Amino acid sequence: MMSTTGVAGDGLAIEAHGLVKAYGGHRALDGIDLTVRRGQVFGFLGPNGAGKTTTIRVLATLARADGGTARVLGFDAASEMEEIRARVAVTGQFASLDEDLTGYENLVVFGRLRGLSRAASKLRAEELLAAFGLTGSASRPVRAYSGGMRRRLDIGASLIVTPDLLFLDEPTTGMDPRSQMQVWDLVSQIAAAGTTVLLTTQYLEEADQLAGQIAVIDHGRIVAEGTSAQLKARVGAGTLHIRLLDGQQRHKARGILAGTLERAVELDSDPLALSVPLATRPDATDVGGLIGRAMTRLSEARVAVAGVWIGQPSLHEAFLALTGLPASPADTDHKDTYS
Amino acid sequence: MSPPAATISHVVPEAHSLGGLLAPSGPPRRAGALAASATFGWRAMLKIKHDPKQLTDVIAIPVVFTVLFTYIFGGALGGTPGHYLDTLLPGTLVMGVTACTMYGGARLAQDVTTGVFDRFRSLSVWRGALVLGGLLGDAGRYLLAAAIVVILGVIIGYRPGGGAPGVIAAVALVIGFGLALSWLWAAVALLVRDAATVMNIGFAVVIPPTFASNIFVQPRTMPGWLQAFVKVNPVSHLADAARDLMNNTGGGGAVAWSLIAIAAITLVFAPLALRLYGKQG
Repeated sequence: MMSTTGVAGDGLAIEAHGLVKAYGGHRALDGIDLTVRRGQVFGFLGPNGAGKTTTIRVLATLARADGGTARVLGFDAASEMEEIRARVAVTGQFASLDEDLTGYENLVVFGRLRGLSRAASKLRAEELLAAFGLTGSASRPVRAYSGGMRRRLDIGASLIVTPDLLFLDEPTTGMDPRSQMQVWDLVSQIAAAGTTVLLTTQYLEEADQLAGQIAVIDHGRIVAEGTSAQLKARVGAGTLHIRLLDGQQRHKARGILAGTLERAVELDSDPLALSVPLATRPDATDVGGLIGRAMTRLSEARVAVAGVWIGQPSLHEAFLALTGLPASPADTDHKDTYS
Repeated sequence: MSPPAATISHVVPEAHSLGGLLAPSGPPRRAGALAASATFGWRAMLKIKHDPKQLTDVIAIPVVFTVLFTYIFGGALGGTPGHYLDTLLPGTLVMGVTACTMYGGARLAQDVTTGVFDRFRSLSVWRGALVLGGLLGDAGRYLLAAAIVVILGVIIGYRPGGGAPGVIAAVALVIGFGLALSWLWAAVALLVRDAATVMNIGFAVVIPPTFASNIFVQPRTMPGWLQAFVKVNPVSHLADAARDLMNNTGGGGAVAWSLIAIAAITLVFAPLALRLYGKQG
């Protein structure tokens, strides 16, 4: 589901330099640099309060940066606000719909406000409701919608006029797994159709699944950026797992591995297995060479090895290494409900 | 926690048709200021339609005060209930409308807290449209309150000397005053950003001047300092203006004062509300 689509995008969707935004004494954004190509799904990953929503508010012209510059779709976020507003859509963290109105009425209101005629607004509302599986609930007030239905309608309201750039602020926070999958599917389809998507999330898995490019944000700063694979590589080569034929040799193997690899060796719960987290190294060949030497030593010492493999580090491990913090408590909850 | 796989597959919406809906929409359009205002007005009407119980106060306040004062105090205050109605009814018209002016502000504050407001602000729409559209909804509410007072008055024996033109002029003037106050509550709503607080401030600000006016009684028996307040209170001028128009009495001085008050309140609070609306957080 990696969706850096090949849709021709000339120029950049977002280009921000040194964005600063302070609320009172707190610097919510502390020098954000951001480059998002057109047609890309860009993941903005960070814990609560990292500055994700503030960045979106600045880029969507809802808030004015105290410092730095931002160009969105080629327009200056500080002076060409109307140009930007006409081309972007914002789906906020909490479904910002009118609770009293029906799903259909909500969409018609947004259609009219996007400059569609009355007839075009109604037609578009019906089409979107059908596409989002909401036709049956079209005439019910949004108050009666489930969380997943609201979020779908909310995303639908952002597609009344196909935006060039869609901001999705934590689209699946607090959702059940089923609704989350529906939203992921929608985002993939929106991206496939050519809309640039900037998605914020606390969920590593979500960024990994949807975003071609990921920026990790913490305390108002971008601490790392790259593809999911690049971020994982920056953290380390992963973990070396070794499985022996004879459990009696495990302590001997541990000594040899610790000596060669110069890393802590862990004894797994499986009495035949050991694992060695491979800390950050600039190049992979180094790791390969080290492992080769370790295997040779084990062989010379007549430790029989049944299997060797390297596990990729999870993005969770990456986050921990890059920010010094566990991703967020919410992430753990999410993992629990998802499995 | 996780549902069985079978239920997952059958509830995932059939979104395969989405691709066709996402064709580029061409150059961006911008809703006209009038169309956008009308849309927000329509939205306000829909909100009333879906939640009619919000009209309880709009209906109850004028009915209760008109009936209560006419029959309980009317004889004592005006000689007979019938005579008192000439004074009271234009007054309760003013009260009925004034007392429901803060609802529009409360709705706006609610939009701010739910995030709908930000979403509207993220669109390329004239920034006055949301407030102006809200005013259209307010005007509907005020018209309803006014109609209730007038119809009720006629039922219980009020016969306006100014006839239909006088009544229409009075209702228009009172609604104009209500709309001026709507700007005030819009500004308050954007400052305090909480619907309940807007309502509390609203009642605290609106109710005392309604009683400390000449709506219910002539201020002769009040202490001097209160008489002084009643005299400058715009609510008194508006009640006098409504009486002049409905009963076809007086020379128009009160009407002029009311128009000045409407203009002054609007000129102060409309720009303030628009400024607060456009302000980026």
